[in-house]
Amino acid sequence: MTSTAINGNIRQGLRDLRQPAPAGLSAQVGERLGLLEGYVEVEGPIGPLYVAFGPTGISLVSRAIDPGQFEEEFGATFGRPIKRLAAAPAQVARAIDAYVWGRSARRGPAPVDLAQLPDFERQVLLKTLEIPRGEVRPYAWVAAEIGRPRAVRAVGNALARNPIPFVIPCHRVVRSDGHIGQYGAGGPESKRAVLAAEGVDTQELERMPAAGVRFIGSDTTRIYCYPTCRHARRVTAEHRVALRSVEDSRRLGYRACKVCRPVDTPSRAA
Amino acid sequence: MCYSGVCMELGERLSRDLDGNFMELVTLHQDLVFGVALRVVRRPADAEDVAQEAFVRAYRALSRYPAERVRELKLRPWLARIALNQARNWLRGRPTDAELDQAAESRAVVGNEPVRLAVRREERRFWQALLDELPPRYRLPVALRHVEGLSYAELAQTLERPVGTVKSDVHRGVRLLRAAYERAEQNNRQREAV
Repeated sequence: MTSTAINGNIRQGLRDLRQPAPAGLSAQVGERLGLLEGYVEVEGPIGPLYVAFGPTGISLVSRAIDPGQFEEEFGATFGRPIKRLAAAPAQVARAIDAYVWGRSARRGPAPVDLAQLPDFERQVLLKTLEIPRGEVRPYAWVAAEIGRPRAVRAVGNALARNPIPFVIPCHRVVRSDGHIGQYGAGGPESKRAVLAAEGVDTQELERMPAAGVRFIGSDTTRIYCYPTCRHARRVTAEHRVALRSVEDSRRLGYRACKVCRPVDTPSRAA
Repeated sequence: MCYSGVCMELGERLSRDLDGNFMELVTLHQDLVFGVALRVVRRPADAEDVAQEAFVRAYRALSRYPAERVRELKLRPWLARIALNQARNWLRGRPTDAELDQAAESRAVVGNEPVRLAVRREERRFWQALLDELPPRYRLPVALRHVEGLSYAELAQTLERPVGTVKSDVHRGVRLLRAAYERAEQNNRQREAV
């Protein structure tokens, strides 16, 4: 064996003794130093956002006005101070990318910290998290999905108190009658802007119910959906059928889409 | 122009906002700190404890230092030095290497692991043994240079010795290692020939 080969072997052999740090090391250090909780400023769909996070996920999101106000808001909600960090940890940055921007796939459990909320509110928010980007659902849908079909107003109240807007897309929940509904993070105009930024045609959204249209069916598949459901949007114009209610749809021989699972408002259902 | 500061040097950013940037320092240098600790304390679980302690010390030190000193700090050798000190502290009053080796040996019951892993483990054990046979004076410089990949300048700062000294220590160490390697290879060949 040549001496270069031997030296190469030695170098390789020694280099192979190197071991990477265990996966948990950085989290342990962060926890000991209290650096796992903090907030960052990030770009949001309608302007900058402050995003607070702890070891279990994102805990508070607010449209950025000034840091002092956000820190006050955090203190009032959680009863402890929070530090501003220059950059979000990788896990939080990934979550913002996936949930706010839909730029990457969601992986694992939702990175949100809702531990301090009552059960009902948590259920409403976790359900809302399932509404895909670019689609909307009525308040009544959320209520029906969590098994409380008559609690439509309570759903509205829970969403109004959503501590994590933009990540939990409360802007994707609208009124069945076509009104865009209230919005905690800046009123109906902001809500319209966020939806528009996701590609939702908000005028169409309001026009359809005004004309009595609640669902869109396909006369080939005989399935009906919420108008923004991705399966409704791909029905070609000549096969689109406007439907007024669940009862109407059934009478015409349509069944509900298994993806968007459309429901009537409780008053209609009753 | 960079307003968010991400394009500034980490040392510069640490001097302005320690809390906001410290976790980045941890992510960037945890392999080095853990590796240095591992070279000294040998067992990964112990090295993890030592590395954790070293980062906590580093954080406290940075919060005490004046901004200018933080900016000028050469982070890698500085952290390596802290890791080394922590590891040596940890070793005090512990069983000696030999006793640890015995314990490790008795624990390493190899079941039916894949051959590829078994071979790799065998090779690592071989190189670790060669390293262990070096005189103490050469062992750590060789390990830090060739296992952990420190430059000579970093090595000199970490060990607090002149560059010339650590260079010659590493070279002598490698020469001894090489002789031991050649002997081992020769033994192997003889065994195969028999």
